[in-house]
Amino acid sequence: MKALVVTDLSKGFGGVQAVDNLSFSVGEHEVVGLIGPNGAGKTTVFNLLTGFYRPDSGAIEFFGKNITRMLPFHAASLGMARTFQNIRLFASLTVLKNVLVPILGRIGYGPHAAIFQSRKYREAEEAAVEKAMKLLDFFHLSLKADHLAASLPYGEQRRLELVRALAADPKLLLIDEPGAGMNPREVRGLLEDIREVKKTFGLTVLVIEHQMGLIMNLSDRLVVLDFGEKIAEGTPEEIRKDRRVIEAYLGEEFTC
Amino acid sequence: MEVLGYLLQQLVNGLQLGAIYALIALGYTMVYGVLRLINFAHGDIFMFGSFVAYYLIAKWQMPLSLVFVITMAATALLGLVVEKVAYKPLRGAPRISLLITAVGVSLFLEYFLSLDSMFTPNYIAFPRPFDVVAYDLSLVAITNIQLIIFSVTAASLFLLYLLVYRSKYGRAMRAVAHNQETASLVGINVDAVISFTFAVGTALAGLGGILYGFAYPQINVFMGIMPGIKSFIAAVLGGIGLVHGAVLGGLVIGVSEVFVSAFLSSTLRDGVIFVILLLVLLFRPNGFFGKRREKV
Amino acid sequence: MTFLKGAKRFLVVSAVAYILLKALFLSGLATEYVQQVVLYALVMIIASLGLNVIYGYTGQFSLGHAAFYGIGAYVSACLTHAFAVDSVYAFLPILLFGGLFSGLIGYLIGVPILKLRDDFLAIATLGFGMLVRVLLDNSDKVADVVGGSRGFIGIPRITNLELVFVVLVFLVVVTRNLIFSKYGLFWQCIKDDELASTAFGIDTGRMKSMAFTYGCFLAGVAGGLYAHLYTFLHPSNFDLLKSIDFLVIVIVGGMGSITGTIFAGLLWVGFIEGLRIALPSGILELRWVFIPIFLIILMMLRPYGLFAQKESRFLGIDKT
Repeated sequence: MKALVVTDLSKGFGGVQAVDNLSFSVGEHEVVGLIGPNGAGKTTVFNLLTGFYRPDSGAIEFFGKNITRMLPFHAASLGMARTFQNIRLFASLTVLKNVLVPILGRIGYGPHAAIFQSRKYREAEEAAVEKAMKLLDFFHLSLKADHLAASLPYGEQRRLELVRALAADPKLLLIDEPGAGMNPREVRGLLEDIREVKKTFGLTVLVIEHQMGLIMNLSDRLVVLDFGEKIAEGTPEEIRKDRRVIEAYLGEEFTC
Repeated sequence: MEVLGYLLQQLVNGLQLGAIYALIALGYTMVYGVLRLINFAHGDIFMFGSFVAYYLIAKWQMPLSLVFVITMAATALLGLVVEKVAYKPLRGAPRISLLITAVGVSLFLEYFLSLDSMFTPNYIAFPRPFDVVAYDLSLVAITNIQLIIFSVTAASLFLLYLLVYRSKYGRAMRAVAHNQETASLVGINVDAVISFTFAVGTALAGLGGILYGFAYPQINVFMGIMPGIKSFIAAVLGGIGLVHGAVLGGLVIGVSEVFVSAFLSSTLRDGVIFVILLLVLLFRPNGFFGKRREKV
Repeated sequence: MTFLKGAKRFLVVSAVAYILLKALFLSGLATEYVQQVVLYALVMIIASLGLNVIYGYTGQFSLGHAAFYGIGAYVSACLTHAFAVDSVYAFLPILLFGGLFSGLIGYLIGVPILKLRDDFLAIATLGFGMLVRVLLDNSDKVADVVGGSRGFIGIPRITNLELVFVVLVFLVVVTRNLIFSKYGLFWQCIKDDELASTAFGIDTGRMKSMAFTYGCFLAGVAGGLYAHLYTFLHPSNFDLLKSIDFLVIVIVGGMGSITGTIFAGLLWVGFIEGLRIALPSGILELRWVFIPIFLIILMMLRPYGLFAQKESRFLGIDKT
């Protein structure tokens, strides 16, 4: 069973067709890169997948389940987690608390357990903190656990977004431009992190990214969008040579 | 036949009230359009207009045309001052801070002007500088006051329409209401437009204050609270940010209020208006003329 | 009892405070009037705590909090009248009922309006508050004893220092436990970024409703205590100005801080009452000229309040 199957997905805003009859699929444990020039509709696809936008037409299937019109929190509970292009951390919360949110979102204890501080509550909270710290440790952020998320430098904030998404134990991880605003050294570090994630957690990943070096090295397959349409699909090798893709990027250099 | 006459009479009375609400609602809607701010103090500026007109007529015996001009200028000035002192410093602040500030301005105006050294906490009889004359039209009777209100309001709406839709100032206003950042990028002085919008909106509220004094000649420092809220509800009802929405909303609220008062009970009058608000917010939050907007 | 375990220190501090106050009351140094003001301040803290949960933590701006305070007051007063209650113990279930009733109304009202954006929510809650005021003014048409705009007289004086303290301490501990659990965490997430919250499995609609309902419950309990403290109710006590009183306490004390609410509640009531004593009656009305100015300046300088998100270790309210 495929992790994700998108069929003829379309979404328009006013006069602009942001996503136009898009079809692609992501196999389990695959890392698929979603690329295309600015404004090609990549983030819109993410928003459609996670339920932030409702598609005008088309279907989305997640591990066999039809989630086309599902609400965001429902889609999240089924096992989808994402990062955001413009970082959307919970600014007033600490680093640790940001990571606790998705973990606690899956733990069932009711208000009475919280009010009366039952054992179930205390054990759940302890387990959650332990899991969160382990994740933060993996990404070298555990020393800053009690710092405010907003106080972190940009690169670390991006990493925290990734940690937060992973904390949700997702089956499908959607990463939106992880390398944005990073210098080459940070990008290389990020590449390592995501490779580690891929190896350790065995997730399925769908990545949007502009930086060719990053995405080429990361992905098993690429899906290329332009003006909301899919113009090419294939391995990084194939895409590098695809004429339509090269044209769409108007002569951007592919370095790796 | 009598019932029809009574109904029509109440309709006329309702339109009289509605016209005043429309004038106030216009100010709310215009300011909301450019600033996304609910100017809580707007009702109090309306009150200020009534009082200024009172002083001009009662204490200084000014001719009516001057009263209109000076009152509207005074309320426009107050609007500008409020905008510069209280709202401008908070541009970019979280919306709630702005709202709380607006509430603060409203309270301040009410209580400051209620001091004996300023206006007065008491009720004052508003002096009509002319006698009331009723014209009997078989089914209904229309007073000269109502005629004045209808004609002045209609004239103002016409002028406002020209301003907003047929002048470059209006175009600038609409641009800023649409998107502040883009408007400034094309060279529009956003600050000036905002101030201008405030001035026009509050001038209309001042006009409403004068007409209110003619129609319901008892004024008081706290008189702006209820009409202010009702006019805001009217603006929401018609579609916040839309000029024609404010007018429609104002008339609907005015007529509803008078009808409820006449046919149900005057004590429930205000309650019904709030029920209308809750219903509008529930089912059609973008108002009668508003489009259904996607939240994300 | 693990319920109280985490709050051990707070309980100790509260016990000390109680002993001090009791001594003060018994000594005769505090007049009847002062005693009433102290109890009133504690009651205000309970109600403001409710608004803090709704607005300070979850970010839902409500201008109608006084309505729920009033509902609790009137409902509990009606019940004590109907059942001719005059003892504290018989009063407790009534007090609880008043709170639950307010909470229920809050829940029902919340269903439609909590979906609204913050400034529209403000107007909706304002409108609801005024609607309740109109209903209270006309309440004598339903039951004459309630008095409508004449006021509700003859409510038994049941609220005393012990009752208020026990209720306050209990509710602070409950609130604190909720805040430090996943519920408080989710509430703050919603305040920071509601959309992102949904992306991580938070049912924001349900969480917002829960915060609002709980906050209204607290207001209702506070209202019940208030009614049986001053033994007289009038609809004008539950107007927009009262809602703003609560708002000022929450904002000044700091959004998202229980400690802040406690301090600000005491400070605010003390300040208002202090003015009443210190200023000659002519200038008393000036306070409503200065309060808004203070509010505006606060918005410009410290929009999140004094203790925003910090809890006091000394009082034992912070997380152990």
